[in-house]
Amino acid sequence: MQPVLEIERVNKTFYGEQGTTPVLQSVSLAVHEGDFTTIIGPSGCGKSTLLKIIAGLDLSYEGSVQLRGKRIERPTQEKGFIFQEHRLFPWMTVEQNIAADRSLRDPGVRKAVDELIELVKLGGFERAYPRQLSGGMAQRVAIARALLRQPEVLLLDEPFGALDAFTRGHMQEALLDIWQTNQTAMVLVTHDIDEAVFLSTRVVVMDARPGTIKAIVPIDLPYPRSRTSRAFTELRTLVLNRLDHRAELEQDVYSI
Amino acid sequence: MTVPLTAPKESILEAEQRVRRKDLSRRWRLFARGAALPILILAVWQTLSATGAISEQLFSSPWLILKQYAALTLSGELPHHLRISIVRASLGFLLGGSAGLIIGLLVGMYRRFEETVNPTVQMLRTVPLLAITPLFIMWFGFGELSKVLLISLGAFFPLYVNTFLGVRNVDAKLFDVARVLEFSRFRQMTKLVLPAALPNILLGIRLSLSIAWLCLVVAELLGADTGVGYMIQDARAFMQTDIVFVGITIFALVGKLSDSIVRYLENRLLRWQDSYKG
Ligand SMILES: Nc1ncnc2c1ncn2[C@@H]1O[C@H](COP(=O)(O)OP(=O)(O)OP(=O)(O)O)[C@@H](O)[C@H]1O
Ligand SMILES: [Mg+2]
Repeated sequence: MQPVLEIERVNKTFYGEQGTTPVLQSVSLAVHEGDFTTIIGPSGCGKSTLLKIIAGLDLSYEGSVQLRGKRIERPTQEKGFIFQEHRLFPWMTVEQNIAADRSLRDPGVRKAVDELIELVKLGGFERAYPRQLSGGMAQRVAIARALLRQPEVLLLDEPFGALDAFTRGHMQEALLDIWQTNQTAMVLVTHDIDEAVFLSTRVVVMDARPGTIKAIVPIDLPYPRSRTSRAFTELRTLVLNRLDHRAELEQDVYSI
Repeated sequence: MTVPLTAPKESILEAEQRVRRKDLSRRWRLFARGAALPILILAVWQTLSATGAISEQLFSSPWLILKQYAALTLSGELPHHLRISIVRASLGFLLGGSAGLIIGLLVGMYRRFEETVNPTVQMLRTVPLLAITPLFIMWFGFGELSKVLLISLGAFFPLYVNTFLGVRNVDAKLFDVARVLEFSRFRQMTKLVLPAALPNILLGIRLSLSIAWLCLVVAELLGADTGVGYMIQDARAFMQTDIVFVGITIFALVGKLSDSIVRYLENRLLRWQDSYKG
């Protein structure tokens, strides 16, 4: 089966005043329909850079990035992007933000927006402005805005990083709900191992300086997942070990 | 603010309405507070001129001015002059303001355009308007054209500067969003740039309006045979102080009124802002 997204041997270097910084080195990854991929790695390893390349926001790299076999040449609505901050338009209400450049007077758009508001559980807030929303609600609006465009793949760059632990838990469940309903392929960047294991079908572990893919850990647990189950904790430890060799050593010490 | 966990979903919107209702009673108190000083001044003024402490010839009195208002309105003289003044100011404002808005948008959006146009405009901006007035009269005569052009020149700059500033203040991160959502050029303008720059544009409109008004007075005092400025000039020649005061206060009233309209628009259009309101 052809992957939705195919990244092959991507190299990325920043040329700045401080000289050249190699950020990504020979990164290859394929995302299939219905995949939920999370990318985890130390700060500065190029996760955001990789996501921007996939989104078409950054085009100066070597290698090939293809969406359904076509080279990505610019940002399009087929690649939904959720930023760390919600980035809603402050002068638009919730429903206007979801519609954005489309007209709510179009019955098709109206219906789709209403359904999405239902999906992200924001009924009653259609006419609220972003300043009246909590961080989690605003991020759900941003997700609905991306989903209205029916993207092939949804790219999320630490979308819940700014939220408190309680809200984050809710948002993770909401995102799983959306993913299971829509079957949109997800690529999510996170710092949170727990989040990665809880959400995804596989975890991509990256290394820094230069950014490379160090390991891909498949997560074969059925949904809904329990964070306290034995299998869950084992997989979490596995990812942690892949992420940090020192942790692996410490673990060995402990297991003696 | 604490919100119970079981609060119904509409509570935020309802709270907003409740706050707005409370605002209404506050606004009356605010009005009373603002009106106290002018009323006091009027009372003192009237007393002083009634007791003969100040000359009625030079300072008139609130009562005389009021009577003159009635007389000039009934004779149709005041409405006539006022209408002509308002038409001049509006034409000049519309001409100069819309030019300032459009050029300000272009300069804000396109760096190439900025580099070509902005230095010249900034240079012209430093020339005092009063210094240009004689030139305008030489070129366009004492007729309507020179007045309207003078007013539009004055109204141009504030809207230009503020629109430019507003466009430059648009959050660059939102441009990324517009790219990801594939906004067309037109939508980028109407859904992103204009609304984001709107606070600055409205401020520019207010400043432009007050300058348009100022230029109108200059133009009418310098040479006109109609308009409120002419009415003042004419009354001065005959030492009719009360008519001079009528002219001055009508300028103040209309100026304040136009400002209030824009303030009202600001309140309506910028409801989405959560900036500090005093
Ligand atoms: N515009 C840029 N110019 C120069 N260097 C850059 C630029 N953007 C990012 N970098 C560098 O590229 C590297 C990777 O940045 P990136 O933002 O992709 O990291 P990240 O993995 O997302 O980190 P974090 O987890 O902190 O968000 C960093 O070392 C950063 O300094
Ligand atoms: Mg990042």
